[in-house]
Amino acid sequence: MRGLRLGLLLLGLLLSLLAAAPAAADRSAVILATTTSTQDSGLLDVLVPLFEKKGGYTVKTIAVGTGQSLALGARGEADVVLVHAPTLEREYLAKGTLVNRRLVMHNDFVLVGPPDDPAGIKGGKAAAAAFGKIAERGSRFVSRGDNSGTHSKERALWKAAGIAPKGGWYVESGQGMGATLTIASEKGAYTLTDRASYLAFKKRIRLAVLLEGDTPLLNIYHVMEVNPARHPKVNAAGGKAFADFMVSPEAQAVIRTFGVEKYGEPLFFPDAGKPEPGSER
Amino acid sequence: MELIWEGIKQSLGLLLTGDPEVLGITALSLQVSGVATGLSLLVGIPLGTLMALARFPGRALVVSLVNTGMGLPPVVVGLFVSILLWRSGPLGVLELLYTPTAMVIAQFVIAAPIVTGLTLAAVQQIPSQFRLQMLALGASRVQLLRVLLREARLPLLAAVMAGFGGGISEVGASLMVGGNIRGQTRVLTTATVLETGKGNFDLAIALSLLLLAITFLVNWALTWIQQRRR
Repeated sequence: MRGLRLGLLLLGLLLSLLAAAPAAADRSAVILATTTSTQDSGLLDVLVPLFEKKGGYTVKTIAVGTGQSLALGARGEADVVLVHAPTLEREYLAKGTLVNRRLVMHNDFVLVGPPDDPAGIKGGKAAAAAFGKIAERGSRFVSRGDNSGTHSKERALWKAAGIAPKGGWYVESGQGMGATLTIASEKGAYTLTDRASYLAFKKRIRLAVLLEGDTPLLNIYHVMEVNPARHPKVNAAGGKAFADFMVSPEAQAVIRTFGVEKYGEPLFFPDAGKPEPGSER
Repeated sequence: MELIWEGIKQSLGLLLTGDPEVLGITALSLQVSGVATGLSLLVGIPLGTLMALARFPGRALVVSLVNTGMGLPPVVVGLFVSILLWRSGPLGVLELLYTPTAMVIAQFVIAAPIVTGLTLAAVQQIPSQFRLQMLALGASRVQLLRVLLREARLPLLAAVMAGFGGGISEVGASLMVGGNIRGQTRVLTTATVLETGKGNFDLAIALSLLLLAITFLVNWALTWIQQRRR
């Protein structure tokens, strides 16, 4: 019977662990649905604690990509969203599920590829034209394929190039930016990436920046609140407090210098209160 | 290879310096998977024993269902538990989504069928003559159960290990229902996914090694109990 008693003892131990499990419901919790790039760059690890210290709210950051963030917000499963897909965002604004869209910051996308550049896009200025060349040569291209902000931008560029990408050269990874960069590097393929992710992975991959600086490559982040009229259960006050914080001078100052120490250049440019950079697609 | 070596060095460093964030993540992993395993034992052992001993119509179907449940894909569990716990879902009022409790629920759903199925197999492999003999010798039902469970203790402990292993190694469900929130629901597996996504491969390797070490220690302790008195 000793085995049984020991088992009971273990069970008791486990149950006491259960009692110690942190309390669940927290009225002051704000659910922030956002894109992986803001989390992976480490920016939110700096901004979120700053916000929590000020305002009596705790933030639950769910980093899932822009498509899913917007969908969660529209269902009222999040309180505030921070995303980077202007075209998609406007659809949700029009439906009225998300409100009070405010510009927070931008950085840019870059077109990266194998250093020997088989499609010969280096030196060009227009991203859409470069996409055209890649398709024409049938050079391999890795797409996120996950309805993220980056994927949404990529689709807009294919559309601008007048191409429906299809075929053996067009690979959909269905994964985050880090994994996609790694796949592109291993396969010697081109891909579209935000600059912050590229800088974080630069050391580990054999991909070079081949095209940058074209206006459509701007990567613009907005914050939007979930419409409390549609979803009475959302933490509207908390969502608004977080959105207000993101455009406050304090947060904007942090954004301005974030990343300089590690990469020698800032990862994001604060834009609160300014007109949307790059004259809006 | 150099990367793995860096990872080993870094994981030792994290352990020796007692990095509070990593320790917190490790503690939460153990807590969530420990509680989930405990609950799955409470449900799975009685249920598995009952199914092994009882004869009822549709038993074959129920057993097949449990055996299928042993291979439940964690992402499927994650998706359905998320939908149940959404604000707009049937259990939304509990506000459990993105909490450790939600992760316990998901891991319980993953571990319970494993424990049930292995208990069922463990009890069933005891020859039925043995049972009849016990009853003939005048054993009460409670006495019979005790003896049966003791006879089956080796495979039962294997069931505990498999249940715990299913929980602590799983990432899909924890990511979906926990949200991988820093300081709240980040466990070793989800932290590994995050650090890989950030390109911090050395830290990701360090976290993986930590996870392996912990799983080993837990299983070593359970094996010790299992093999102690043969």
